[in-house]
Amino acid sequence: MATDKVSVEQRDRVTIRFAGDSGDGIQLTGSQFTHTSAIAGNDLATFPDFPAEIRAPAGTLAGVSGFQIHFASSSVFTHGDTPDVLVAMNPAALKANLSDLKRGGVLIVNTHPFNAKNLERAGFDGNPLEGDELSAYKVYPIDITTMTLNAIADVGLNQRSATRSKNFFALGLIYWLFNRDMVHTERWIEEKFQRRDPQVAEANRKALKAGYFFGETAGIFTHSYVVEAAEIPAGRYRNITGNEALGLGLMAAAELSGLELFLGSYPITPASDLLHFLSKQKHFGVKTYQAEDEIAAVCAALGASFAGGLGVTSTSGPGMALKAEAIGLAAMMELPMVICNIQRGGPSTGLPTKTEQSDLLQVLFGRNGECPLPVVAAQSPSDCFWTAIEATRIALRHMTPVLLLSDGYLANGAEPWLIPQMSTLAPIAKSFHKPQLNEAGEPIPFLPYERDENLGRPWAIPGTAGLEHRLGGLEKEHRTGNVSYDPDNHQFMVELRAEKVERITRFIPPLEISGAQSGEALFVSWGGTFGSVRAATNNLNLQGREVGHIHLRHINPLPLGLEEALSSYDRVIVPELNMGQLNMILRARFLIDTIPLTKVKGKPFQVSELEAFFERVTTPVSPEKLINQGAQS
Amino acid sequence: MTPNPLYKITPSTDPSELNKKDFQSDQDIRWCPGCGDYSILKQVQSVLPGLGIPKEDMVVVSGIGCSSRFPYYMNTFGLHTIHGRAPGVVSGIKSLRPELSVWMITGDGDSLSIGGNHLIHILRRNMDVKILLFNNRIYGLTKGQYSPTSERGKRTKSTPLGSLEEPFNPISLALASGASFVARSVDVEAKHLQETLKAAAAHKGTALVEIFQNCNIFNDGAFKEVTHRQTKADQQLVLRAGEPAIFGANKDRGLVFDSLTMSFKIAEISEVGLESIYVHNPQNKIASQLLAELGIPDFPVPLGVLYQHERPCYDQMMSEQIDYAQRLFAGVTEDQPLPSRPSMQSLLDGGDTWLVQ
Repeated sequence: MATDKVSVEQRDRVTIRFAGDSGDGIQLTGSQFTHTSAIAGNDLATFPDFPAEIRAPAGTLAGVSGFQIHFASSSVFTHGDTPDVLVAMNPAALKANLSDLKRGGVLIVNTHPFNAKNLERAGFDGNPLEGDELSAYKVYPIDITTMTLNAIADVGLNQRSATRSKNFFALGLIYWLFNRDMVHTERWIEEKFQRRDPQVAEANRKALKAGYFFGETAGIFTHSYVVEAAEIPAGRYRNITGNEALGLGLMAAAELSGLELFLGSYPITPASDLLHFLSKQKHFGVKTYQAEDEIAAVCAALGASFAGGLGVTSTSGPGMALKAEAIGLAAMMELPMVICNIQRGGPSTGLPTKTEQSDLLQVLFGRNGECPLPVVAAQSPSDCFWTAIEATRIALRHMTPVLLLSDGYLANGAEPWLIPQMSTLAPIAKSFHKPQLNEAGEPIPFLPYERDENLGRPWAIPGTAGLEHRLGGLEKEHRTGNVSYDPDNHQFMVELRAEKVERITRFIPPLEISGAQSGEALFVSWGGTFGSVRAATNNLNLQGREVGHIHLRHINPLPLGLEEALSSYDRVIVPELNMGQLNMILRARFLIDTIPLTKVKGKPFQVSELEAFFERVTTPVSPEKLINQGAQS
Repeated sequence: MTPNPLYKITPSTDPSELNKKDFQSDQDIRWCPGCGDYSILKQVQSVLPGLGIPKEDMVVVSGIGCSSRFPYYMNTFGLHTIHGRAPGVVSGIKSLRPELSVWMITGDGDSLSIGGNHLIHILRRNMDVKILLFNNRIYGLTKGQYSPTSERGKRTKSTPLGSLEEPFNPISLALASGASFVARSVDVEAKHLQETLKAAAAHKGTALVEIFQNCNIFNDGAFKEVTHRQTKADQQLVLRAGEPAIFGANKDRGLVFDSLTMSFKIAEISEVGLESIYVHNPQNKIASQLLAELGIPDFPVPLGVLYQHERPCYDQMMSEQIDYAQRLFAGVTEDQPLPSRPSMQSLLDGGDTWLVQ
């Protein structure tokens, strides 16, 4: 039997990319493989890459949808630099993804759509399956479409519907290749389709099995692979995307503080999924409000905060620009609020579905007047949960709007998450101000801009008799909150509001440095680049290089001790998916000659890029080279 | 509406004791002497104490402009927000706290120019908010530029040769936006303004009151035909539900509806008889839309409640939908008590999970 010849190979880690037309069910295939791998105990990370157009013309490069999963028997920090396996469902998918495939990697191609028309659409001169163009890879040309149609012929679907099951054939084949259990996907098909359309359920089930059995019996594969379970902390896990984690984190923060959650939002990629997620949670008392525009959305959140709720607004870069004036008002009114910016490629409409970290300076400085505000950033999909809680904690403790940064990569990427227990999370203190009486039992006049030790002011909500007061965007007189044009008062209040933000440092946990505590170089990163930078640091440490890594959750204010840490290394490298924004801040703040590593390609850093950059900046330049350079200039 | 106990810090005060003075704040009023805003402030402060609402449950919210200084002079909870955006802020307040009485103060520049989008949407949603639109047909706080209600040809600092724009009619705009209550009054008509404010307060839903307001510095006399002692009887058409639409010093003229041209015409009552005069029905939207278009020079200016038709309010529906979702989730019908909300932990634990030993 053919199966006897297949040898099973152990691998520590594997990266697979599924790619096809946006109508080919690629995201679904990827998420099913992810779920099955998670249940098998792998550590993993995923990244979907879909086109900006909802229905780009079939067969074109613009319409290619991809899903990448990196799974391993040890720690996973990123979705993987270069795939070991590429599944290409049509010529365009092959064209768009081939250059990423590792040399010697496995290439599974659905040959069915490789006709003259589709090849031309994808920009191929001839058929790449026929020449030696693909000789660097292990190519498996399989007519997945025809085999799917044959396998499900007796289900009775028309050809068009039947063709749709081909992604399950591909999934079944990959399950076989990695010795995976099909049962979870079979259960999922049952739940998803059985009641709605039993025929489709039957077709998908049959296609899945046909793909699996094809791998087993066709005899074209010489190897199958096993990736053992990783050692990860015990407990109950689920897969979570960044936007889901953010939604759950905001709900958890509302519960921990005893506040009602109110989200004012306007649809925008890649933040809309947060609005969708929270809109489904009405039975938890969550109020979501889809406003007429970005400005109305942030204003509604501010109104809810004034009224005593946890006001939240969510957006991406372009919406952030529109909200700026209202965020300034929130800073002036000193009301607690969380503003989530799920960053995408810019400027202007930019790259809506691609990731970037280019809004850092916008959230730090993009308001009129002197208006510093706290900024926190999430580092991984599941970390969005913890970042939402931290943002809320700061907002309520210091009575301030807080800017929370995520990005398209975190929002749509997924990872397994050890489910937290609410009972173990520290409550978030909130207090609605009560009228105060003096010793004689008479009411003390209410001072809305009186300060506590954190410089927060009282939160006096409508409905509280005796605390009627007025807030607004005009400069406030210290303590009374009355409108004031006094020059000295303005100077004082500007400094006070800055100091209030600065005092948050008292609550930021001590700085953590991963890897070497001093030496050749320090990576300083923030946001969604955490995984790549941490993986590169670990790799370099294993090679004996003295490199450390600081990942900043708090970007304003910066944690104490950062300056000292920066000066403990020969050089500081600041990798960012922008043109050097944190780098600019660090240079300005600490007068240290940090080295920017920048990239704006709409894609996350590859670990290898970071390692290569480290090599380049740490390799001493020879005297000859310097002399040559001097001669040339 | 039962308020959420979460927000009940102090016991409610007795509204029957309230008077005008309770609504006056300690701040100096900084409008120009002679500004129509003074009268409007006075009428609002006169009307609010009689509404039977505890003062602490009232919130006054404004945008930017002369009129938007209003909240500072009211001893209630108040917000002076940013230009044009008060509808967004009040929508958040009402959505979270439907039990509050929310009053929005705005001007023609604030709500029809920079905030035009927000105004049409709050009217469409029917948030239970009372909107007082001070219309002086000019930008006052920026010292005299033409506004979206300035007449075409208006010469101002920014239109030295006259403006080229057709003005908005706020009443027509509100009706087209689906407003459930639309009224018009005049700053100096104290009695009529109070009556109109009371009607707005009694309406459940967004109530838009356009108030003609004289800016004596930059647009003095903008409404002089309507307010001048000698012309106002001929130029004011005070509408009241169920009453014939008549006007004139001797109440000798009125509106008749001409079905051939589908329009209103002015008729002498002595010629057509009182029974031919249109009887105002604020529930008739078509008639209200036709009335909204009337005005100087061919017609008197309609004042009073032009349109009123109650329909469900967004803020209340939002709360009801949350209750509905709770029942739906728990599988409990409407006749049974509201189930408690599921625990946050159940949501975290939900979906596809797996155990790592």
